[in-house]
Amino acid sequence: MTDDDTRHESPSQTAGPYVHIGCLPNWSGIAGVYAEDPGSRLINADTRGERVSVAGRIFDGDGAPVLDAVIEVWQADAAGLYPSPVETRGAADPNFAGWGRIATAFDSGEFRLDTIRPGRVPYPDGRPQAPHINCWIVARGINVGLQTRVYFADEADANAEDPVLSSIKPRARLDTLLAQPDGEGGFRFDIYLQGERETVFFDI
Amino acid sequence: MSSDQSSGYLPRDRAWQPPALAPDYKSSRLRSPRQPLLILPTTLSEESGPVFGHDVIGPHDDDLIHNCAADGRSALGPRILVHGHLRDQSGRAVPNALIEVWQANAAGRYRHPNETYIAPLDPNFGGCGRCLTDGDGYYRFLSIQPAPYPWPNGPNSWRPAHIHFSLFGEAFAQRLITQMYFEGDPLIPLCPIVNAIPREDAIDTLIARLDMDAALPMDMLAWRFDLTLRGRAQTYFENRPEGL
Repeated sequence: MTDDDTRHESPSQTAGPYVHIGCLPNWSGIAGVYAEDPGSRLINADTRGERVSVAGRIFDGDGAPVLDAVIEVWQADAAGLYPSPVETRGAADPNFAGWGRIATAFDSGEFRLDTIRPGRVPYPDGRPQAPHINCWIVARGINVGLQTRVYFADEADANAEDPVLSSIKPRARLDTLLAQPDGEGGFRFDIYLQGERETVFFDI
Repeated sequence: MSSDQSSGYLPRDRAWQPPALAPDYKSSRLRSPRQPLLILPTTLSEESGPVFGHDVIGPHDDDLIHNCAADGRSALGPRILVHGHLRDQSGRAVPNALIEVWQANAAGRYRHPNETYIAPLDPNFGGCGRCLTDGDGYYRFLSIQPAPYPWPNGPNSWRPAHIHFSLFGEAFAQRLITQMYFEGDPLIPLCPIVNAIPREDAIDTLIARLDMDAALPMDMLAWRFDLTLRGRAQTYFENRPEGL
């Protein structure tokens, strides 16, 4: 406890190499406990918006792909509304989950997220943020989940006025948050935990 | 500022949380960002978060003793009840929060494709479970006491017995994964993952206490483990915890 009665947050600990047991049990071979893995479907046939996929890998400081990570995503619907009680600007698409959970493949490290392109969400001062997907990355060796964002490289105008992207210095690091078009509806987003191309991670 | 929402969430206390790089925990060496984190106030993107209803929770999800067992069977090991209170930094209870847990079995073995420890699997134990906190922020689940196990960090590294916890609050900013340890385990002070946390009093908050008042006589012991999620920043005129 500190002076103003504010308590400490519980300390984080690594999710460890077996995070899949608790977070994606069916994916890791434990069948019959949960009907389906949490966060396995963001969209269905009736979800409004442009279908996009985001695929990539996570690389460690040696350039090796991370084979045991779990990524959680949280994003607005196509109209820029979050499916959350905190959302006061309108009702989000009932066919959009907003939250998803994916693992990097045990053999290749590849992950793939099937979703829709999010709309724009206001910054606290009212300025529109560029479309983005919030990411939270956990794995063995990561003591506190890493926060980053996926932005879309083909949203040049929106990205140019985004308050979060604008705060990145040096500007060259901004590119680490841009998913690059890679075929029809597909985007590539590789994440670098260390090194010259280290991804921008947030304390937000 | 006129509301809790517009004042956002308190920043993480990075002197209380473990640093990204904890060299004695070898896996952190190549997986720790070296650039400073970009510090920003929370936006609606972080102040909102997914909601999980009772419809996603199955009737046996909070019973790891039985949720992966054959009919009429149960997992091997000392039966335990784990319970506690989930609050935020201002002391407010966090109701209807999803808590996911996973753990090794009573021999220290995980049911996982990458697990190589020689200890046996228990055919009646999966090691995963989940529950929601009730309207007052309390949770409970049943399990078996996990065992310590060796891991390839140093030449003779052993994890203290632990249960992994994944916690959702109301906001994505509150997302947290941590581990619960058991009071009296002599391996706790030897563990480099535990010791990644810089402060002794912070480590102490992750150690569950034996709770004889909650034990079920002739059935199972109970462990009490309270947790705290990030709280909202409050302005000068609003610094009274809600509910008082």
